[in-house]
Amino acid sequence: MAHTLELRAATALITDPMIPVWYGIERLKRETHDTFTLGLAPANGTGVASFSPGQFNMLYVFGVGEVPISISSDPENCPALEHTTRMVGAVTKAMGALKRGDLIGVRGPFGTPWPVAEEAGRDFLIVAGGIGLAPLRPALYALMKQREKYRKIVLLYGARTPEDILYRHELERWRGKFDLEIQVTVDRGASGWRGNVGVVTTLVGRSPFDPSNTVALVCGPEVMMRFAVMELQKRGVAPQRIFLSMERNMKCAIGFCGHCQYGPAFICKDGPVFRFDRIAPIFGKAEI
Amino acid sequence: MIQSLESVIRQHPFFRGLEERHIQFIVGCAKNVRFDQNQYIFREGDAADQFYFIREGLVSVELMVPQKGPATVQTVGEGDVLGWSWLAPPYRWHFDARALHKIHALDFDGKCLRAKCEEDHDLGYEILKRFANVVTERLDATRLQLLDLYGAHA
Repeated sequence: MAHTLELRAATALITDPMIPVWYGIERLKRETHDTFTLGLAPANGTGVASFSPGQFNMLYVFGVGEVPISISSDPENCPALEHTTRMVGAVTKAMGALKRGDLIGVRGPFGTPWPVAEEAGRDFLIVAGGIGLAPLRPALYALMKQREKYRKIVLLYGARTPEDILYRHELERWRGKFDLEIQVTVDRGASGWRGNVGVVTTLVGRSPFDPSNTVALVCGPEVMMRFAVMELQKRGVAPQRIFLSMERNMKCAIGFCGHCQYGPAFICKDGPVFRFDRIAPIFGKAEI
Repeated sequence: MIQSLESVIRQHPFFRGLEERHIQFIVGCAKNVRFDQNQYIFREGDAADQFYFIREGLVSVELMVPQKGPATVQTVGEGDVLGWSWLAPPYRWHFDARALHKIHALDFDGKCLRAKCEEDHDLGYEILKRFANVVTERLDATRLQLLDLYGAHA
């Protein structure tokens, strides 16, 4: 009896969403001058926790702090859990200084996913800005894996400069497959850049998709998402088919602490992926 | 499928809703043009007597920065309107426009259309409304560019 109780307590500890599990850094790849991707595997040798595209983990750098980072790897082929982030605060800067073999605490996965499997038979328009491409990457993997289930798939991606383009080689490889249309634009061109210059929202009007049968997945700075929604609605995409990944200061990740309250919802528990028509009344409000 | 110039103009959202007589006049002001890669479509300071609809390819709208070379302000692509300096004095281009790829476009005689708009204010108002939309969209896009949204401190 005592043994059973101990076992139950141990199991409860392991599955407690507030307790980080140790992961080792298998891979650390510098993507751009200020972004990097961590490839993580459980330190105890067990398999990587399964996740859905759009979900996030809380990553804990011991002695520094914990931050929410979206999962950016392939959900179905995931020997190492990947997270791409930018070095902006104390935790992500410390994370960027870690080395292969170092340990990191992982809680998760948390949050709502992108509606990929549910929307078979439709065109998919993916609009990403800056580091916002990272949470959309698992959705792209999932769409490409079952390519025959979907109609057109279009990725519109905006970066600051050509040097800031994330996953450049992967984008080139995908573009070469001819069953995915990719348009990249930068806010500031440079000599030698022969692609689009201008904000990513300007590409929406030029893109080949059927607005009456399109699902739009949007992730990037909130201002960019506001203008992307305007362009999508101008093209005729229904509000219930527009999905946004929202961001607020998340702490507990399970809807207890209230740090990420967004009107009546918590981003960590009810989001980060929201259907636009469900947040339209509060979307873009300065007070929320 | 080769489309006639008239059907291209009729199907373009920019001209949607125009009266038949106005469409007929506009078709008379248009011609198909091509530009090779790196060819200038217009240069800063030159007379602005046209505007273009880009049918294929990408155009760099740029400014020459002394000792640095051309700086691209924005690109204009398939389905977009290029050029509105023909609408307002002094009717001179404020930027260069250079073909980044081979360009297929419709070239509209702005001088002729300008004269017609002065004569027929109904047409003038319709054209101005449409160009005001283009200018608004470009202004919005430029404001977003100025915000440097993806910068570390955005």
